[in-house]
Amino acid sequence: MNPLELARARPGPAFTVTFDGRPVEALPGQTVAAVLWSAGVTSWRTTRGEGRPRGVFCGIGVCFDCLVTVNGRPNQRACLLPVRPGDVIGTQEGTGHAD
Amino acid sequence: MSKPLTCDVVVVGAGVVGAACALYAARAGLDTVVVDRGPVAGGTTGAGEGNLLVSDKEPGPELDLALLSARLWSELAGEGLGKAVEYEAKGGVVVAGTGAALAGLERLAAGQRAAGVEAVPVPPDRLPDLEPYLAPGLAGGVHYPQDAQVMPALAAAHLLRASDARLLTGREMTGVLRGPDGAVRGVRTDRGDIHAPAVVNAAGTWGGEVAARAGVSLPVLPRRGFVLVTEPLPPRIRHKVYAADYVADVASDSAALQTSPVVEGTPAGPVLIGASRERVGFDRSLSLPALRALAAGATRLFPFLAGVRAMRTYAGFRPYLPDHLPAIGPDPRAPGLLHACGHEGAGIGLATGTGQLIAQVLTGRTPDLDLGPFRPDRFPEEAE
Repeated sequence: MNPLELARARPGPAFTVTFDGRPVEALPGQTVAAVLWSAGVTSWRTTRGEGRPRGVFCGIGVCFDCLVTVNGRPNQRACLLPVRPGDVIGTQEGTGHAD
Repeated sequence: MSKPLTCDVVVVGAGVVGAACALYAARAGLDTVVVDRGPVAGGTTGAGEGNLLVSDKEPGPELDLALLSARLWSELAGEGLGKAVEYEAKGGVVVAGTGAALAGLERLAAGQRAAGVEAVPVPPDRLPDLEPYLAPGLAGGVHYPQDAQVMPALAAAHLLRASDARLLTGREMTGVLRGPDGAVRGVRTDRGDIHAPAVVNAAGTWGGEVAARAGVSLPVLPRRGFVLVTEPLPPRIRHKVYAADYVADVASDSAALQTSPVVEGTPAGPVLIGASRERVGFDRSLSLPALRALAAGATRLFPFLAGVRAMRTYAGFRPYLPDHLPAIGPDPRAPGLLHACGHEGAGIGLATGTGQLIAQVLTGRTPDLDLGPFRPDRFPEEAE
């Protein structure tokens, strides 16, 4: 069952954000992680040492594994960050900062 | 109830000091057991920053211990433990904002040089060669090549592993077993007795409590310190960088909040920003004023940090004794009991020297340093 039905949620109208340039549908109140998961994306960062893929691990803001670049700002926790219309979400490589 | 264990020495505390005691005791041929009521590095050590500093110490017994410890850390790194514990011989840079602060710093450095510390004056126009992102307009600084860094929890874990000591975590020492002559015969724990002719109190901030359970008094008290952790960054800060007023804070007797910026990069990417000190007992609650002061101080040293986000913070308790020296060595009030605690904010760095001295005492050798200034019974007994 869709979790929206389980929670009997009636979110407002959907809007669009982008992930690595492609449009992705989002609902008001979702976190960036929820939006990406809904779109089938489970990895949006590579590790600093060996470039391994990372996405949500704890999902509650503790582990800092789900860091992501949103609107040009790297190292934001996808599991806590509410999504907003027009957000530009991008895969974060390493520290997310230019060396 | 498990059957009683027997060994040569029981170390109470699985932090980095206990781990170093276990390592050097085991290397001296002693069968060693380490007990801790929590996990490895779960108390004082896990909340530390991993500073191995000679630069912040006035000439005297603590500096001698720091120099001995720095040499031993470097030896351990050379034996192959360096990578595992994230040992970095990165050096320290102490900077002064004003001419008066620089004069004080240079006086300190002169005394330290006489005590065997490498301390190289750095004129203001050479500071960017060492740290390109430092704020402009500083009066000057001193470079301390012997300052280094480890990751505290990894250090405790790998020293314990290298020691081959038996490690009993989740097991609380509740008392000391004494013979009819008063001599120590082991420890009582919540899961059975452990028999040994020697017991080492390496319980960090809780060293006073362990001493009390052994029937002696040791006035170890907690000083709370916060560390701010930034988002991961590419390498931008090369040394341990701090302002000259840190040295005065370390030696201070004030109970009020003190912060002086200590800034360093880590191999994992985040920048660590210390160091605050305040006496609030074992209160773990978050202090926004302390964190604001840390952030402001760090940004004064490194303006680019204003555009970097702090991701989290952690706090811990630095165990201090009234004269700001640790308690290291045998306790004449309880033959067979030794103390290795009370290192305040320097315990990670001072662990190796402490472990070596304890192992030398345990095996009847002459310690590398005079233990007189570290005597655990140097404080007047508290009134009953």
